This record gives sequence, C-alpha cells and structure tokens, in this order.
Amino acid sequence: MYATIVFLPFLGCVIAGLFGRLIGPRPSELVTTGLLFVSAALSVVAFAQVALGGGATQIIPILPWIHSGDFAADWTVRVDGITAVMLVVVTGVSSLVHLYSIGYMHEDPHRPRFFAYLSLFTFAMLMLVTSNNFLQLFFGWEGVGLASYLLIGFWYTRPSANAAAIKAFIVNRVGDFGFALGIFGVWAAFHTLDFDAVFVAAPAMAGKTFIFAGHSVDILTTLCLLLFVGAMGKSAQLGLHTWLPDAMEGPTPVSALIHAATMVTAGVFLVCRCSPMFQHAPVALEFVTVIGATTAFFAASVGLFQNDIKRVIAYSTCSQLGYMFAAAGVAAYNAAMFHLFTHAFFKALLFLGAGSVIHAVHHEQDMRKMGGLFRRIPFTWAMMLIGNLALTGVGLPLLGVGLAGFYSKDAIINSTYLAGTGVGSYAFTLLLIAAGMTSFYSWRQFLLTFHGRYRGLDHQHVTHSDDHAHDEPMDGDRGHQHAPKLEDVHESPLVMLVPLAVLAVGAVFAGMAFTHFFVGDGAHEFWRASLVVGSGEEGHLPLWVELGPLVVTIAGFLIAYYYYILHPEIAAAIQARRGLLYLFLYNKWYFDELYEFLFVKPAMRLGRFLWKRGDGTVIDGLGPDGVAARVLDAARGAVKLQTGYVYHYALAMLLGVVALVTWFMMTLGGKL
Amino acid sequence: MSLPLLSLCTFVPLVGAAAILLNPTPNSARWIALITTIVTFILSLMVWAAFNPADPGFQLVEKTSWLGGGISYHMGVDGISMLFVVLTAGLMPFCIAASWESVQARVAEYMIAFLVLETMMIGVFCALDLVLFYVLFEGGLIPMFLIIGIWGGKRRVYASFKFFLYTFVGSVLMLLAIMSMYWYSGTTDIVTLLQGVHFPVAMQTWLWMAFFASFAVKMPMWPVHTWLPDAHVEAPTAGSVILAGILLKMGGYGFLRFSLPMFPSASETFGPLVFTLSIVAIIYTSLVALAQEDMKKLIAYSSVAHMGFVTMGLFTLTHQGVEGGIFQMLSHGVVSGALFLCVGVVYDRMHTREIAAYGGLVNRMPLYAACFMVFTLANVGLPGTSGFIGEFLTMLGAFMHNSWIAIFAATGVILSATYALYLYRRVIFGTLVKPSLQAIQDLTAREIAILAPLVVITILMGVYPKPVFDVTTPAVAKLIADNKMARAVDHAPASHAPKVADNRATQIQTGDGR
Repeated sequence: MYATIVFLPFLGCVIAGLFGRLIGPRPSELVTTGLLFVSAALSVVAFAQVALGGGATQIIPILPWIHSGDFAADWTVRVDGITAVMLVVVTGVSSLVHLYSIGYMHEDPHRPRFFAYLSLFTFAMLMLVTSNNFLQLFFGWEGVGLASYLLIGFWYTRPSANAAAIKAFIVNRVGDFGFALGIFGVWAAFHTLDFDAVFVAAPAMAGKTFIFAGHSVDILTTLCLLLFVGAMGKSAQLGLHTWLPDAMEGPTPVSALIHAATMVTAGVFLVCRCSPMFQHAPVALEFVTVIGATTAFFAASVGLFQNDIKRVIAYSTCSQLGYMFAAAGVAAYNAAMFHLFTHAFFKALLFLGAGSVIHAVHHEQDMRKMGGLFRRIPFTWAMMLIGNLALTGVGLPLLGVGLAGFYSKDAIINSTYLAGTGVGSYAFTLLLIAAGMTSFYSWRQFLLTFHGRYRGLDHQHVTHSDDHAHDEPMDGDRGHQHAPKLEDVHESPLVMLVPLAVLAVGAVFAGMAFTHFFVGDGAHEFWRASLVVGSGEEGHLPLWVELGPLVVTIAGFLIAYYYYILHPEIAAAIQARRGLLYLFLYNKWYFDELYEFLFVKPAMRLGRFLWKRGDGTVIDGLGPDGVAARVLDAARGAVKLQTGYVYHYALAMLLGVVALVTWFMMTLGGKL
Repeated sequence: MSLPLLSLCTFVPLVGAAAILLNPTPNSARWIALITTIVTFILSLMVWAAFNPADPGFQLVEKTSWLGGGISYHMGVDGISMLFVVLTAGLMPFCIAASWESVQARVAEYMIAFLVLETMMIGVFCALDLVLFYVLFEGGLIPMFLIIGIWGGKRRVYASFKFFLYTFVGSVLMLLAIMSMYWYSGTTDIVTLLQGVHFPVAMQTWLWMAFFASFAVKMPMWPVHTWLPDAHVEAPTAGSVILAGILLKMGGYGFLRFSLPMFPSASETFGPLVFTLSIVAIIYTSLVALAQEDMKKLIAYSSVAHMGFVTMGLFTLTHQGVEGGIFQMLSHGVVSGALFLCVGVVYDRMHTREIAAYGGLVNRMPLYAACFMVFTLANVGLPGTSGFIGEFLTMLGAFMHNSWIAIFAATGVILSATYALYLYRRVIFGTLVKPSLQAIQDLTAREIAILAPLVVITILMGVYPKPVFDVTTPAVAKLIADNKMARAVDHAPASHAPKVADNRATQIQTGDGR
C-alpha cells in the first residue's frame, strides 16, 4: 500500500505524458487528478497508522539501484513519522492543486502536458520523502528540481519564463554541489548511505575530525554544513534564494504546489530527517539558525514593497522557510516540521486564492491595478482573509487558541527565545521583527487587492514607476493589456473554489488539531525515532515574549491600514520619492545585479576567452596550426631555428607543464 | 559454445562490406549495411548471453598463431571490454539508419567505410595481442579519416588533417612503447603481459607516458582536445555518433587495459597529473561550451568535459572510481551519440548547426523536443538517467582519493547544467519567429525508430543499471586488487613517499584526526 502512494502519481504522469494527445485533455486531467486523490486517501491512512497509530517504521524494497564494490544504494519506500507527515502534505496539497488546475488552466491548449508535469513532480517529491538513503533522496531532490524547471518554463514562448526556469535549475544546482559533496562525505565517514545506519553511527562520530587543507576539521559539522548548502538552494535561503521570486513565472497552481507548500520545504525536511546528525554538530546548527533567521528578516523586508501579488507571497514563503530553519537550528525540529505542515495549508491557500484573483481580473498580477475587488469576488476574499489570518498567526496567546500559523509560528519564536544562546537571541529578535513585517505586507497585499478604489482602468500609476522595474511581469509579453471593468470581474468556478475551501479548513484547524502531536506532550509518541524531539527546552516564557508576536502583528496591520486605506496618498508619495531604503528593498537588496556582475557575465566572458585564446591561439597555435606553419616554413626553406620560434614554443610549453605539475604536487597531490 | 562469437562479431561487418562491393547501388548498400549491423548486434548480444559475469578473467577466448615470433591472433573479452563490444555493435544500426537519407553521395563507399570501421572497433575491444590491438586501433583511424574527409562539411580537410596529426603523433609513441615491451618481455600477448610480466618502475614510467600520449589524444584530454570539436563539426552525423560514442572510449579502454594493470606504479605516480588535466578539462571545456554558437561544437566540448570525469575516475584506483569511469563511458556512448543524432535531425532539415538559426522548435516539433530533453538531462547527469551514475561514482571515487579533486569536479555539475539547458532554451523554447522554420516537420517514423530506443536505454540504465554492474564488478575488483598487489611489489624494496592520498582516505573512514 505504501508503495502505491508513491507510484500512482507516476502512473498518472506516464498516462498523461505519453498518451495525453491520444486521449485528450479532459481524460488526462481526470486520470491524474483521480489517481492523486487515491494516493492522498492512502496517505491519510498511512498517517493514521504510522504517525498517529504508533505503527512501526515501514521499509519496502523496490529495486536494486547502484551497487559498486562496497557501495550500495537501492530504491526503497520508507514510511515513518516524519515521512507520514510529508505524505499527507504532499499528496493533500497536490491533489487539491490538480483539481484547482482543471479550472485554472481550462483555456490552455497544453493541459495533458501540464498535468503530466504536476504528477511527475508529485512522484519525485514522494520519492524524496519516502527515501531510505541519501542517494534516492538526491534522486527525488533533482527530480522535483526538474519538474520545477519544466513547470516554471511551462509557457515556453515567454522569454521571462524560460530565463526563470533555467535560473531555478542552476541556482539549485549550486546548492546540489554542496549536497553532493555532503553525500560523498557521508559515505566516506560512515561507509553507508542508509539513514538508519548513518544515524546510529552519528553519535560516535561526534567530535571526530579529519585533516583538510592542513586544518583539523570536525567531520559531522562539515557534513551537516554541506547538506545544508543543498537545503539552502532548494528552500531558497539567503544567497541561494534568487530563483524563487522569479519562479512565479510559472502558472499559479504550480507556485502553490511547488514553490510554497512542498518542494521548497524539502530543505527543511532534509535537515529534520538528518536531525540525528545535526544534533551532534552544534556549529552547523548555529549556522542554520543564523541563515534561517536572516532569511526570514530579509525576505520579509523585500516583501514589504513588491507590487506583484504573487511575488509578495513568494517572498513570504522565503521568509517562512527561514522561520523553519531557525527552529531547526535551535534543535526544535518538531516545531520546524509543524510550521512546515501548517504553512503548507495556508500558503497553498494564499497562492490559490491569489490565482483566483488573477483569474478574475484576466491575468493581471499587479496589485496597483486592483483594489475594491471584494464585492465582486467575496468568496475569494474570505479565503484570502483566512489565509492571511493564519499566516500572520492570529490567536489569543494566553488562551492558546488561534489559527494554524499561531501555533507553529509562536512555537518557533518561543523556541528561539528558550534556546537561551546568543544565536537564539539573534534569531528571536529578527523573527519577531519579521513577524511584524509579515503582518504589514500581508495586509498591504490584502487591502490593495480587495479594498479601496478599483484602479484597473487608470494607467498613469504604472507608467511613471515602471521605468526601471525591468523584471516586472507587465513588462513581459503576457499580452493581457486590457484590464477588465470592475463589473466584469467574476468569481472563479466551483472546481477552483472547493480546493480553496478545503485548504481554508486546514488553515483554521491544522494548528489546533495537531499541536498536541507535533510539539505538545504527544510529540515523543508521534515522532518516535524519525526525528530528534525536544532536547528539553523547558522553561518559563515571560509575558512579553508570549504576547510579542501578537503585538507586532497588530501593529503591522494598523500600519498597513493607515497607509493603504486611510491615507493611500502617503504610500504613493513614498513610492514616488524612491528613497534609498525603498529602492534597496524594492530591488531585493540588489542580489540579482550582484550575481549577474560576479558570476553570470564573467562565466560567459571566460568561456569565450578560453575558447578563442586558450583553444584557438595557444593550443592550436602551439599545436597543429603551429606545426603546420612550421612545416610549411621548412618546406619553403624559411625555417630559422635561431630566430627562436621553435625554442620559444618549446620553452613555453615546458614551463607550463612544469608549473602545472609542480603546483599540483604542492597543493593537491601532496599532504592535505 | 563452440562458435567463435568474437571473430564473428568482428568480421561479419567485413563480409557485409564485401557484399556491398558486389552490389554497389545506393539502396542495396543501405539495406546490406543495415542488416549486417543488426546481425552483428545480435551476435554481440549472444556474446553477452554467453558471458559468465562471475568469472573475472578473459572469456570466449580464441587463439591461433598469426605472424610468428610469438605474435598471435588472440581474442577474448572480460567484464571491462565486453560491454564496449555490445555498445559498438548496438550504435552501428542507428548510424546506418541515421545516414539513410542524409547521405546521397557515394553511398556504397560510405557504408563500406562504416562497416570496416565497425570491424576495427570491435576488434580493438576483443584483441588480446598488442600487435593485433595496435593494427586495429590505428586502422580504425583510416575509415574515420575518410568519413570526415569525404562526406564532411566545408572545412573537412582542415579537420581531418588535425585529427590525423594528433592521433598520428600519439600512435607513433605508442608503437615505440609496444616495441620496447616486446624486447623486454619477449611477448606481445596481453594476457601474459597482464599476468606474468612485471616491468621495472623506471621503465613503467616511460611506457606509461608513451601510451598516455596516444590515449590522451583519443579521450581526448585537455590540452590535446582541440581536434575533437573540429572533427565533430565537419563529420557527418553518423560519423559524429561513432566518434563520440566509440572512438573516444578507446582511450579510456586503453587506460583500463594497459596503463592501470601493466604500469601500476607509474599510474599512481602520474595520478596527480591526470587529475589536474581532468579537472581542467571539466571546468575549462564546460566554460568553453557555454560560449559556443554551433550545436555540434557545444556537444563536442561537453564530451571533453564528460571524458574528464572518466579519466579522473579511472586513476583514483578505487572501485567506485574505475567502475564509474566505465559506466560513464558506456552512458556517454549512448547519450552523446543520441545528442548528435538529435542535431542531425534538425541539420537534415535546415542544413545549419548554428544555434542562432533555431528557436521555438517545440512549437512545431514537440516529439523532437521531448527526446532532446531526455538526452539533455542525461548529459546534465540528472539522477534517473544513465548520465548520473557514472558522474556520481567517479566523483565518489575521487572524493575517497582526495576530496579536493571531487570539489573541483563537482563544479562541472553546475556548469554542465548551464550550458546544456542554455542550448536547449535557445534551440527549443521561445516563439517560432524565424520564417525559415515555419514549415519544419516533427520527427519522421524513421527518426522515432532511431531515438525512441535510445531514450529507453538512457532511462533504463539510469534506473536499473544492475545488468551492467553485474558484468563489470568482478573484473574491476580484480583490476584493483592486481594493481594494488603489483604496486606493493614495486614498493617492496624501498617504500617511498607517494602514499599520502591513501592515508588520507583511511583517515576519513576511521574518522580520527591523526
């Protein structure tokens, strides 16, 4: 049964992908969606059996994969507590997104391909979470990256979509560079890639070192940091985050499924899955917290002034992932997983809600052209309201009642405070500020979209501020130049609204219902060996810490309300003035420009240089062309050895070889 | 099994070539060539079936005296060479099919050249005598030289000249080495040389360098790689497939058959040099690939980078490194061959390989786009495709040997994604704006029949590589063990320095930081 969960989406992918043109779009949609719902139902059963019911860890061998000498890695389906949670999240959101897409994509001529990609993604993600070793996890890791690449670039005629797709794949590959080295290191250290064997041996490895480049380096710290580099790429953490906002070029259901609820959380899953290793690598943990907290702050700050409704949510996702890492870094892995769980509901809800808005206003994504929509699309309005309440973590701290985000986010903020370390305080401070900013950008987005005056038909807003926003979608070739009249804005069809409603139920109750199991007294029984649970950060929270998140959330809302409802002219003036801080935030701290300058352009220039000069002038010049020329010279009787041509070449070649080899022996081949 | 399967495999193509001589009309030449190559492929599969994977030694051995003086016609395969025979025989029918319509001039001669080439290539992998090996190894150059020089593009003379110059210089040195091996040991029998002859360390050094000169050119390794892009660009599609798919593998095979087992200490000593050149190849040629404007050149440079992984893996002298290197060669044989076939598909339609002349092909050629995508991903080394396994194992081996090497090599993984996807984007994605492309047709039934099996093999090898590993594992284990033992003999009198890398590897395993 557990293997069925994984392979049903694959079956759907094969049917829609290979026979989609034969059977037509509607059967493709129904088959993939139907199979996904079966898979989701089975996942719920698995969740009940393994996580809630206390069943044993299931390990089901599928096929042998790579066996080379003493190296072995097989295809396996493993289901334990943490996997069961992921199964529910992945298949749950995926099936709803499949359903939603039937409505959202109904005009697209390539629906079989779209659904095949969605199912392919789901399959790869399931392979990732059910893996029993690092290598299959890597397969799923790259597989979801591929599906993400294909779906971001789904509308392949758009140059911006193609660019975003490649960017996503390559930035992820940078992370995978670290991940792959981490896997090599795990094998070097433990001589196995199987999770159980590695995790059992991990405590004994604590504190051991190896010599690298003349320094003694802690093994587990190194391995964990390398694995975390992979996680940073997949989960869009600071430095490797630049692909995620651009990934919004993909269709909105894709953003909901891949770039909010599931794939981007794979990094968090990786860290939690490897918690038995991270637990013995305190330096790596501190690094995780610092990166996570900084990302949470950074992304929230960039989200403050974005104008694209999807980009706001994208930065919000980036920021929330930072929260999860911050928690994992202070060893509150279960809090991280809890937030991953609840976040999947409300962030998918927000994205699909945004998709409903975009659908309603004829594929406009610029919030400056929205406003006052709530009368026309009240259901979507209500769904987005719930999503925002859940995201901002609204609840009553002292009673302990609230929406999903309230439980998980407060659990994270509290755990950083209770960590009692310098890094913990750093995280606590940043996360608290970020919570305020989250509230501001969420409500800003909400108010700009649904309240105030409808601005779809006035164009002057756009033209004057667009002169340099080169990557804004409306500069692309979306071809939806005609904003609808407000009366023409209509609520989405039922097939799109039902998934919203289901997710809304999750966004309201997921925290309340599961807090006991994820982070409460039932946690040990719930997670068992699949996760390192609460190394006992028991402690008393001062009242101000407990109330802090709520206070900053309310403050964020009030500020947003003041600027965007009471005095919209002030907000416009701030944007128009283009102050330094505004530009810095609006341009995303200039990461893209920096990378373009540091990596992209130099790589192309270097490539051209090596080709023309290296291959052309030097190698061919010294080699065949040079020899040919000399031969010709000789034939003409014009060779003059004493003029030095031949000697120069010979000498240069010799010196080069000697230098190379020497350098190599000294630095690489020698003692490390 | 009393049939001389290996000789049959080797010489059936020659029989086919003779048959074409008798029926030199274009159509009969095509059909004879196709049938001959398919028969050869079936014979090679019979070799695989008759092969006992558990036995690490040579099998299906045939031996008769030949030129006298201890030189014999000695054929046989082991776990290292057997799959290359299958690969060669397996790629050939695709080459013939791919040339079906694109070659219209001198069809009979073209098919004969390919069949003779096949005989030479299969013979190289089966030969167990140095002289036989050398004759076939160098003999293979001649048909290839002709294929490029006669059926090639505009600069075919320059390209074939360059190809010849490089390989010729290398082979002269190898011939000298073979002669001195004969003088020293009194035999040219490879099995005897492998088992009974032990060259002194100083001599190993010279022999290793001479063989290296030949194999490094064939691989090709940086900096003797520049003949390859030119040769590929000018060669007809099927020529490129054979060049990338088989001829490049002869260098790697040579390292496995000669350098590693016969000159073990020299292989260890020169390891750092090979690693440096491999890493330079991986990074340098990947960057160069990024800047290419010609589809074939880009894939050619990517081949050099992929071969860098092979040489890196082989000289780690770890099980994973060597086996990964073999797997990488087999996988690259399929994948790069398929990529060149993909280029051939659009070249046949548009008669240009310039990337800028394309764009938006997916709009009219969805099937083509899908096939091309699979091979691009395999080239990038995506897990689940054949390209991943070789890259992964070679890097794993390198990491065990010296983590620096793996760190540098792993950057190639980022770069390969960059150039491959960038190529794909420029050719396939986007809007179809060029007027010349408006009427371009998707794959024909013949082209589907060519590409579909390769897609299946690429994925199958990536998901279930066990049949390959079953064959290679015992032979690789033996190679490593023999190599280690021979080095121990070399080091026995006065054990000296270069064992640092080994120490380090054990340190990581045991994890204590002495």
